[in-house]
Amino acid sequence: MLSIKNLHVSIEGKDILKGINLDVKPGEVHAIMGPNGAGKSTLASVLAGRDLYNVTEGEVIFQGKDLLDMEPEDRAKEGIFLGFQYPIEIPGVSTVNFMKTAVNEHRKYKGLDPLSASDFLKLMREKKALVEIDSKLTNRSVNEGFSGGEKKKNEIFQMAMLEPKLAVLDETDSGLDIDALRVVANGVNKLKTRDNATIVITHYQRLLDYIVPDVVHVLYNGRIVKTAGKELALELEEKGYDWIKEENGK
Amino acid sequence: MAKEEQDKILNEVTESEYKYGFVTDIENDDIGKGLNEDIIRMISAKKKEPKFMLDFRLKAYRHWKTMKMPEWAYLKIPEIDYQDIIYYSAPKQKAKLESMDDVDPEIRATFDKLGIPLDEQKILANVAVDVVMDSSSVKTTFKEALAEKGIIFCSFSEAVQDHPDLIQEYMGTVVPIQDNFFAALNSAVFSDGSFVYIPKGVRCPMELSTYFRINAENTGQFERTLIVCEEESYVSYLEGCTAPMRDENQLHAAIVEIIVKDNAEVKYSTVQNWYPGDKNGKGGIYNFVTKRGICEGVNSKLMWAQVETGSAVTWKYPSTILKGDGSSSEFYSVAVTNNYQQADTGTKMIHIGNNTKSTIISKGISAGKSNNSYRGLVKVVKNCEGARNFSQCDSLLLGDKCGAHTFPYLEIGNPSAKVEHEATTSKIGEDQIFYCNQRGINTEDAIGLIVNGYAKEVINKMPMEFAVEAQKLLQISLEGSVG
Ligand SMILES: Nc1ncnc2c1ncn2[C@@H]1O[C@H](COP(=O)(O)OP(=O)(O)OP(=O)(O)O)[C@@H](O)[C@H]1O
Ligand SMILES: [Mg+2]
Repeated sequence: MLSIKNLHVSIEGKDILKGINLDVKPGEVHAIMGPNGAGKSTLASVLAGRDLYNVTEGEVIFQGKDLLDMEPEDRAKEGIFLGFQYPIEIPGVSTVNFMKTAVNEHRKYKGLDPLSASDFLKLMREKKALVEIDSKLTNRSVNEGFSGGEKKKNEIFQMAMLEPKLAVLDETDSGLDIDALRVVANGVNKLKTRDNATIVITHYQRLLDYIVPDVVHVLYNGRIVKTAGKELALELEEKGYDWIKEENGK
Repeated sequence: MAKEEQDKILNEVTESEYKYGFVTDIENDDIGKGLNEDIIRMISAKKKEPKFMLDFRLKAYRHWKTMKMPEWAYLKIPEIDYQDIIYYSAPKQKAKLESMDDVDPEIRATFDKLGIPLDEQKILANVAVDVVMDSSSVKTTFKEALAEKGIIFCSFSEAVQDHPDLIQEYMGTVVPIQDNFFAALNSAVFSDGSFVYIPKGVRCPMELSTYFRINAENTGQFERTLIVCEEESYVSYLEGCTAPMRDENQLHAAIVEIIVKDNAEVKYSTVQNWYPGDKNGKGGIYNFVTKRGICEGVNSKLMWAQVETGSAVTWKYPSTILKGDGSSSEFYSVAVTNNYQQADTGTKMIHIGNNTKSTIISKGISAGKSNNSYRGLVKVVKNCEGARNFSQCDSLLLGDKCGAHTFPYLEIGNPSAKVEHEATTSKIGEDQIFYCNQRGINTEDAIGLIVNGYAKEVINKMPMEFAVEAQKLLQISLEGSVG
C-alpha cells in the first residue's frame, strides 16, 4: 500500500530525514517511536504533502501512485489521513461545515454525489458515537479553544468521518487522559479493516497495549535504525533510547 | 446556508478575472465633459426639473467650488480632473415601457449576465426591483402593489416630478450640500437614484432593491437615494452593484439619506462590487460615498449591513444620528481589499437622544498589496444621558504585503455613557490552509471557508439572497491571494 524508498528530506538546508525505507501493507499497524527531534513528525508531514519540506532524494509510492507528485488535498482524497501532533484551530468555521465540505470533496473525488443534509447528520451522529465525542465540541468552531485532549479526540473523529486508507497518527495519545486514551484507541481499532493501515507515532508503549502494532520502528537521527515486533516497544520503555543512540554512534 | 448553494459558490471560484466585467453596447445621450453652471442648467433642463431643484444644484455647485478634496483618509488617490468627466448620460429609450418585453434586449441581456433578477421568478420571490442603468431609471416593477399600501418606491427623477413636496421637505436635511466635498459635488450634478417613502404604520411587505451599474465610458456616477420612514413603519432596502471591466478610473460619489421617525425601523443592506482594477492596480472605480441616516423619532432603529469587495478606492462611512430618545443603530460591515485596492471605511454614531444605543461590528479582510482601514467615530453629546456603544473591529490579513489599520475616535461628552471597544488582528495561517488541504479541501475553498466563517456575523445580518451573493463575492474577490 505504502512504499517509501530512500527518502531524504531537508528544511532550510538542514537534512532531517536521511534515507527512510518503509513498507506498509493493507491491514497492518506500524508504530514509529524515537527520541524528540528524530524526524517522526517530519515524515508524517512529508507524507501529507506539507510544502515546507524539501524532498531531496527518494520516492514514495502509495497504492501504485507517486505520492510526492500529488497536491496535499489529492493525497487526502486518495486516502491519506494525518492526525496532527498539534491540531490547528480554525476560528469561525464550524466543525459541521468543515466536515461537510471535507466529506463531500472526498465523495466528489470518487464520483459520488454530495451527501444530503440529513444523511450527513446521520453520519456525524454515528461517528460521534464511535469515538464518544461530545456534541458540545462538534458544535463549535474547528478546534477553537479545545483543550489538548479534546483536539486529539477531534482528530480521531475526523478520521472516522473520512475513513482513510492510511492513517498516520502523530502522537495522538499525548495529552489524553486514561479514559480518553482507551476511547481513542478503541475508535482506531473499530475503524480497522483488512484494507486499511495505520501508522502510529508515539512515545509511550501504553498506547500500544490498546492499539497492538504488527511492527515497531525506531526512528533516530533521520533514519529507521531498528525494526522489530511489538516487544521492542516494551524494551524501549524499560531502557530508554541510550542504547539505540550508542549503537548508532551518537 | 444550504450545501448546494455553498457548492455553487465554491465552483465559481475557478474564474479568476473579474467576473462581471463586460461593457454593454448602448447608445448614450451625453452632454460632453466638464462642469460649470451651464452644464448644471443643462442637466436640470434635460430632466425637466422644477426650479427648486435647479436652485439646489446651483447652490451646491457654488459651494463645491470653494471646497477642496479631503486628504485625511488613509488613501493614495491620483489627482482627479473634474473637468474631464461627463456629468450626465442616459441610455436611449423609446417611450415609457409597459412590461419587461419592452425593455431593450441589450439591457436585459446585461442584467441576465449579471444575474440580476428582473424576471418573473424574482417577482414571485417577492422582490420589487427598481433598476438604474447609468442615470436613467429603466424599469420599475411592483409599483402598483406598493402603491396600494401608500408606499412610494421610484426613481429620484420621478419623485422630483411626482412628489416635489416630499423631495423639497427632506432632500439635503441629513446630508446638507456643504457637508463635504463629494456631497456638494453630488448635490450639484446627481443624475438619478431612488426614492422610498413608507407611510405611517406601514410595514413594507417586500425587500426593496435597487441595482446600480456604471455603463458609459468616463461617466461619473452620482446617485442619490432618499428614504423616509414615517412613524411605526418598517422597510428593508437592498442596494447592490457590479460594474463592467474597463481601464480608466471612474469617479463615483453617491449620497444616501435616511429619515426614521418614531418607532420606525430601516434596514439598509449593501453589496458593493464596483470594478476594483486589475491585478496591477490599473483602472477601477473611485467610490466616495456619503451615507447617513437620522433616527429622528423615539425608539427608532436603523441598521446598516454591508459587504464591500469592489472599487479601487473606497471612502465610505455610513453614519447614524441618534436623535430620538431610545433610538438605536447597528453597523455591520465586511470590507475586502485585494491587489492594490484601498479602502478607508467605517461609521459614525452620533448619540444625541437619551438612552440611545449603537453597535459597530466591522470586519476588514486585506490581501495582496492592499490597504484596509477602519475609521469610526462614536460621539456622545453633553446632554445625552445613558448612551451605550459597543464596537468591535477585526482585521484579517492574507499574506504579509497588505495593511490593516484601525482609527477609532471617541468623543464622549457625558459621563453616563458606556462605551466599549474591542479590536483583533488575525492572519490566515499556512498551517490553517494545510490543515484544510489535509482533509481534502483545496486552498481556494479553504480560504472561502475561513473568510466566510470570519465574516459570518455580518453576512447573517444580510437578507438571505444577499447573503448568498455576498459569500460568493468574498471568495471571488480573494482568488489567487494565497499560494
Ligand atoms: N520548520 C522547521 N524549521 C527548522 N527546523 C525544523 C522545522 N521543522 C522541524 N525541524 C527540525 O527537524 C527535526 C525533526 O523534527 P520533528 O518534528 O520531525 O521531530 P519529532 O521526531 O516529531 O520530535 P517529537 O518527538 O519531539 O515530536 C528537529 O530537529 C526540528 O527542530
Ligand atoms: Mg513530532
